[in-house]
Amino acid sequence: MTVGATASTEAPAAYLDRYGAMLLIRLFETEMQRLFLKGEVHGTTHLCAGQEAVPVGVCSALEPDDYLAGTYRGHGHALAKGTDPDALLAEMLGRATGVCGGRAGSMNVIDVEHGLIGCFGIVGGSIAAATGAALTAKREGRVAVAMFGDGATNHGYFHECLNFAKVLGLPAVFVCENNFYGEFTPMLKVTAGGDITARAAAYGIPARTVDGNDLWAVREAAVEAVRGARAGEGPRFLECQTYRHHGHSKADPGKYRPPEEVERWLAHDPLNVARERLRQLGVSDDEIADVEGMITARIDRAVENALAAPYPDPVTEHATEFAP
Amino acid sequence: MLEFRQAIREAIIEEMERDESVVFFGEDVAAEQGGVFAVTPGIQERFGAERVFDTPISELAITGAAFGAAVTGLRPIIEIMFGDFMGLSMDSLINQSAKYWYLSNEQRSAPLVVRSAVGGGGRFGAIHSQTHATWFQSVPGLKIAFPSSPAEAKGLLKGAIRDDNPVIFLEHKRLYSVKAPGPDEPDTVIPLGRARIARPGRDVTVVSAGKGVPDALAAAERLAGEHGIDAEVIDLRTLRPLDLDTVLASVSRTHHVLAVEEGPATGGWAAGLLGLVAEHALHDLDDAWLLTTGELPIPYSPTLEDAFIPGAEAIAASVRERAGVAAAR
Repeated sequence: MTVGATASTEAPAAYLDRYGAMLLIRLFETEMQRLFLKGEVHGTTHLCAGQEAVPVGVCSALEPDDYLAGTYRGHGHALAKGTDPDALLAEMLGRATGVCGGRAGSMNVIDVEHGLIGCFGIVGGSIAAATGAALTAKREGRVAVAMFGDGATNHGYFHECLNFAKVLGLPAVFVCENNFYGEFTPMLKVTAGGDITARAAAYGIPARTVDGNDLWAVREAAVEAVRGARAGEGPRFLECQTYRHHGHSKADPGKYRPPEEVERWLAHDPLNVARERLRQLGVSDDEIADVEGMITARIDRAVENALAAPYPDPVTEHATEFAP
Repeated sequence: MLEFRQAIREAIIEEMERDESVVFFGEDVAAEQGGVFAVTPGIQERFGAERVFDTPISELAITGAAFGAAVTGLRPIIEIMFGDFMGLSMDSLINQSAKYWYLSNEQRSAPLVVRSAVGGGGRFGAIHSQTHATWFQSVPGLKIAFPSSPAEAKGLLKGAIRDDNPVIFLEHKRLYSVKAPGPDEPDTVIPLGRARIARPGRDVTVVSAGKGVPDALAAAERLAGEHGIDAEVIDLRTLRPLDLDTVLASVSRTHHVLAVEEGPATGGWAAGLLGLVAEHALHDLDDAWLLTTGELPIPYSPTLEDAFIPGAEAIAASVRERAGVAAAR
């Protein structure tokens, strides 16, 4: 895969790989749902099914050592950035082999090796984390990306950090996954002006709105945003309009959403959009099926490994309060 | 002689020279005067605008950026001008920085230092005079340092900058202009978590931190001269981690302990300390008590503020009262 290439110059195979990355997230979330109902995933979890094109499109524009800060709806953020599915699944199940040894759980995953600064359980926390990481990134020729929802754009972190990043010229890319609901509340009901991209533009940050369910559109916009940030042109902003297939969290069946709206978005499922486009590019159904078989086997293996992994032992676990 | 504010400045400069990853930012810190308390003039000129810079008045962004920078390899020192403003910084410190080492399964920690001016006595009123340490007292993963003198300030700040954990660093406003001998070795680094005996004594242990230490030392001289009471003064240096062993060892000799805190008793570090002393050394104790402020916001008017904050005279009077001796005329 070529990080900075654009659709017109890329072989369809690169997009077939990215389709696989999206499917990995979808199947991961399907398993989360199933394992939660079986009592294997504890507490709560926030599924990102329906939003897969955003993290995959954005991360396809990044180098492996660029930084990403995700949200509590962050399984897709971690997987797209390179976190091992086995380690992520084990973390969800609270197992010792989890990426954080079972200490973090669904909302707080950290994977330093893959540039995942963290997934943040506080709305807007990812914006601040990426802004700070951009201070480091600026020295290193890297970029730092914040993923966050529409709800975060009403938060102090959003406004303070966009201003901070702009006046300091930081290589940050702010990616809003606008899924049109902040928890149970429609975005337009609580967002003055109703235009998230305009908010970012008001800070003098180049800002674009794209179809967040179209992998090609997300990637094109991300490549351009990352290029600008890396070139020292300051922060960039992307609003990716998308939709979550599930409710906000496990406690929420999502009944506040009009059925016709749900239907409309389900018909615009990012996996369907990608499959159609791949076919138009000449990728055969057999090639797509091969990828689907491979990804399904990958997730099945992750589930099997995680269920077989031990829980951390409170007797032998030697946690230290402080770094030495 | 070393002035307290100069000690802070020297510590920052020396650590920035030693380690390229140390950066310093906050409101007005790079401006010509070097912050509202004139602590950091000339540092930007020395190290350039990439490492030392002024920020918008945005405590969420400043502290959040310090967190993000710290977990990706920098060692930020930030200034949150007045400790009272730390209410705005709490999420990045409590929920993110403090927990990173543990939650990440020890993949990485958040080595950052948050400097703030704290304390009353300056007629700054209720919301520019608080000592915010105890807001953070119960948060595992944070360290809290509160120096008592210029030499201590320099050594503790160097220790804080080199520490791999997030450190809340308190600078008492009434100490900034204090001049005293500097450290014996200019490059002394004081590791966080060890108290010191600021004055040895036999009769009563007075425990404090920050400005409470010079106040306790002044009270001890008065008690010795006027009443023959020999007070031992312990400078905690850090409120978290708390060096309980040094306090217990002292109490085992003096059997009397007074904890002096510039803040309310409820939920304060001094009350917590006496609870631990009772748990571990009840049979060593003949007396244990607190000297704190009242359970009110800090007042503005000079007469009210002076009466509200326990200083040297209040400490001496409190010891006299518990010892059952009258003040010298």
